[in-house]
Amino acid sequence: MTAALALGDDALVLSHRLGEWAGHAPVLEEEVALANIALDLLGQARVLLSLAGDEDELAYLREERAFRNVQLVEQPNGDFAHTIARQLYFSTYQELLYEELARGDGPFAPLAAKAVKEVAYHRDHAEQWTLRLGDGTEESHQRMRRALDALWRFTGELFEPVEGCEVEWSALHGAWLSRVTAVLTRAGLSLPEGPRRGAWAAGAGRQGIHTEPFGPMLAQMQHLHRSHPGAAW
Amino acid sequence: MVTPAPHAPTALEEELRRLAGSVPDPELPMVSLAELGVLRGLRVLAPGRVEVELTPTYTGCPAVETMAADIERVLHDRGVPEVEVRTVLAPPWTTDAISAEGRRKLAESGIAPPAPRRAAAGGPVPVELTVRCPHCGSTETTLLSRFSSTACKALRRCETCREPFDHFKEL
Repeated sequence: MTAALALGDDALVLSHRLGEWAGHAPVLEEEVALANIALDLLGQARVLLSLAGDEDELAYLREERAFRNVQLVEQPNGDFAHTIARQLYFSTYQELLYEELARGDGPFAPLAAKAVKEVAYHRDHAEQWTLRLGDGTEESHQRMRRALDALWRFTGELFEPVEGCEVEWSALHGAWLSRVTAVLTRAGLSLPEGPRRGAWAAGAGRQGIHTEPFGPMLAQMQHLHRSHPGAAW
Repeated sequence: MVTPAPHAPTALEEELRRLAGSVPDPELPMVSLAELGVLRGLRVLAPGRVEVELTPTYTGCPAVETMAADIERVLHDRGVPEVEVRTVLAPPWTTDAISAEGRRKLAESGIAPPAPRRAAAGGPVPVELTVRCPHCGSTETTLLSRFSSTACKALRRCETCREPFDHFKEL
């Protein structure tokens, strides 16, 4: 089931990336916040992947090319501004997508109706930090600017239609653009310019083409299960 | 989701449901599963065979497995050999499902209970200044972090008594 894998992999991979902040976040409250967001996403991933097959097999035993997540979510955490920019781009998209899916009566409606309320908190968290960093010090402003620019080229892929999701993708894109623009304007930032996808590889995660940092991330995520199949504690 | 035609619960089902509902929440042991509003249904499918429907507060709530195990245990102890606990997502749980008694117990234990949700469903309630400090009752409290010791709580501080406290945030 293509769509369950696409949405499930988005949630799983971003959950793992956010989990990498454990022990490294700038302040304790933020450590807890990022871990909580990661936990919400992991819960969503479990439900979605279970619609496509065995959740553990799908998470731990697939090769890189079998993952269908967008490339945005696999991008490394970078500095805190990079993580917030990734959160802003993705959670704004995910909230709009889940809102749409919750309105339908497709297989994702129950999960989407539940998870949209969680994602609203993720989006709010990203917005609050975008405002603080953009409207903070010169250093924080520069870092936020740099992060938004660096990740911009991965945002075009978010609106590639996913087979099996009955969503008005162009309307979703329009809504996303106006929400992100509104937050950036309030933060004293502006929408990055430049292409929404690179000529090289950006924007093919849904087809199983991933960026270089994804392989090492996957190796770390899967190695325990692969070394000790069926391990439990 | 296939839901059989509802029927009025039998006396046995009512008794077993009370029993399952009395299980304390593993992370908020001051409230029961019934008070938290996560127990959705209980049916006797056949003699000695019971199905329980449980809904998670948050999709990733790690307490769900413990809740299921605890429900199985109390029903086994009551003499039901076969217990199946199913997780259901629809309709989504909201903090409005917490009973008045549950809210009172949360507040008594130092956790500010959630406010009733606004009509516009979903979404974070904007920073609102009316969350009352569960320690001193002051309404002068500020948000420290939207995410606290568990996914369902936010961390606030009372400006009057200066104590930090958890707030069960609206969902």
